[in-house]
Amino acid sequence: MNKARRNPGTTIAAHGALVLYTLIALFPVFVILINSFKTRKAIFREPMALPNTESFSMIGYETVLKQGDFFLYFQNSMIVTVVSLFLVLLFGAMAAFALAEYRFRGNTLMGLYLALGIMIPIRIGTVAILEMMVATGLVNTLTALILVYTAQGLPLAVFILSAFMKGVSDDLKNAGRIDGLSEYMIFFRLVLPLVRPALATVAVFNMIPIWNDLWFPLILAPSEETKTLTLGSQVFIGQFVTDWNAVLSALSMAILPVMILYVFFSRQLIRGITSGAVK
Amino acid sequence: MTALKLENVNKSFGSVHVLKDINLTVEEGEFVVFVGPSGCGKSTLLRVIAGLEDATSGTITIGNEVVNTVPPAKRGIAMVFQSYALYPHLTVKDNMALGLKQEGQPKSIVEERVTSASRMLDLDQYLTRRPAELSGGQRQRVAIGRAIVRDPKLFLFDEPLSNLDAALRMNTRVEIAALHRTLSASMIYVTHDQIEAMTLADKIVVLRDGRIEQVGSPMELYNNPANRFVAGFLGSPSMNFLDRSVSGLAAGRTLGIRPEHLTLRADGQLSGEVTHVERLGGDTNLLVRTDQGETLTVRLFGQNATEVGSRISLGFDAAAAFYFDDADQRILPAAA
Repeated sequence: MNKARRNPGTTIAAHGALVLYTLIALFPVFVILINSFKTRKAIFREPMALPNTESFSMIGYETVLKQGDFFLYFQNSMIVTVVSLFLVLLFGAMAAFALAEYRFRGNTLMGLYLALGIMIPIRIGTVAILEMMVATGLVNTLTALILVYTAQGLPLAVFILSAFMKGVSDDLKNAGRIDGLSEYMIFFRLVLPLVRPALATVAVFNMIPIWNDLWFPLILAPSEETKTLTLGSQVFIGQFVTDWNAVLSALSMAILPVMILYVFFSRQLIRGITSGAVK
Repeated sequence: MTALKLENVNKSFGSVHVLKDINLTVEEGEFVVFVGPSGCGKSTLLRVIAGLEDATSGTITIGNEVVNTVPPAKRGIAMVFQSYALYPHLTVKDNMALGLKQEGQPKSIVEERVTSASRMLDLDQYLTRRPAELSGGQRQRVAIGRAIVRDPKLFLFDEPLSNLDAALRMNTRVEIAALHRTLSASMIYVTHDQIEAMTLADKIVVLRDGRIEQVGSPMELYNNPANRFVAGFLGSPSMNFLDRSVSGLAAGRTLGIRPEHLTLRADGQLSGEVTHVERLGGDTNLLVRTDQGETLTVRLFGQNATEVGSRISLGFDAAAAFYFDDADQRILPAAA
């Protein structure tokens, strides 16, 4: 960083703002975590207190692990999220490359058509999607969810990635062509590594909504074998009685995988930024 | 044998006609420089030769093969780009070896060619580095090395020195000239810098608005330009064009005289006032406003004491003057 700009006052103010924001953002997560380790009475008596020897209880986790097939739900959520992300990134990047790299009739129109997908929420088409899934026999399969989430993520992915791909030097791609690389190799070996930060951004943008979604699992795949974590957690929330221990424990556990994925992607993001610093 | 032959090559982007009826032959071992102002189509022409753009019409022959429909990698060419275009995630060695590996050459040959190229270009100690860890001049040498290892029939250079600073540009220019002597390969070099063109070329191709204006050796073009554009483009400072200051010139005719052919002389054909003086040590450049209101540049060798504002008289040898008609074409002195 430039020395002249490293004014201590500015640095403190910037860090102060960041720390404050972090505290606000982490507070609900913190409350969920501490309360998942308390007895039901303690949760309601003192929701902000840390668990002590008296109020400590693992009852929530025991309920969650005993009742229902929680590891299966975990696995389902993980499969759906990871496969959807993979497909969104792969097809999104390919479409973005085609739009950014090749001159063909209807290029601009195609870009606009994809941009429309960002503006129209996919849930408007729920009934049609359900009818389609019934007709193709995909109801109550993870494939149905993966297809829907891939479709949902593609427009934004294409939009962001094509902007980044236009920034990749033409000379580099042409050097590859002269060296005998096929268009696929140029895409996979030259262009993709250079837009890695953009890929990570798109992945993070898409991951959270997919992992947290309740709507499509409830409608398209509510069967016991295909339940996702969010849908599985709903069994503890009743109309009259809610098992808060179990809900909080389930939520605490649901944070973990998505956090691991995030750490993985954000490392790509940081590496991408530093490697982009050179010409 | 001819290394490259272009016949009636045209290129249009939509309704924009970029290259117009290009005809050109490059002999084997020749160093040909395409030169022209920006937007004249010289880079497009190079890309058409490389196969990165398709010609709209016409034939391109490299060696003895018509290559209009041959992909770039199979044309037997290698190209060096202005922005180096090195693969950022590969080491120097892998950057140079990639093309050969793609051709499916055996490992021993790849190794041998990379070693000899890196020795030639003084890159031995950098082979395991990545492009990000190299300076601009080293990167350009790697880019040249990547071209050499492929042992192409034709080298293509697209303004390879434009991103280098002045001192390095001179060094690299000399290196490229030495490389051409060592490899005695056919090379095509695109530049907008007329010094690079004059110093490197066996043959200069001057382009303007997608048309070839003139083809010839540097001294041919300097001594015998076909028209006013070529006369003004080559030579630095560029040629003076006068149509009022010289007596006895028919209407519509222009006289061209190079700054270095003008001398201070008491009984000179031209007189005027000095408006600016550039002292370069070895040379002195004077900007002069003639009595008829035209501006001209005079290049005097050595140092000169002439001051701004002084009145001077300039003379030139009639044999060193060029004459142009109203269509800017060169005409003989007798016709002027």
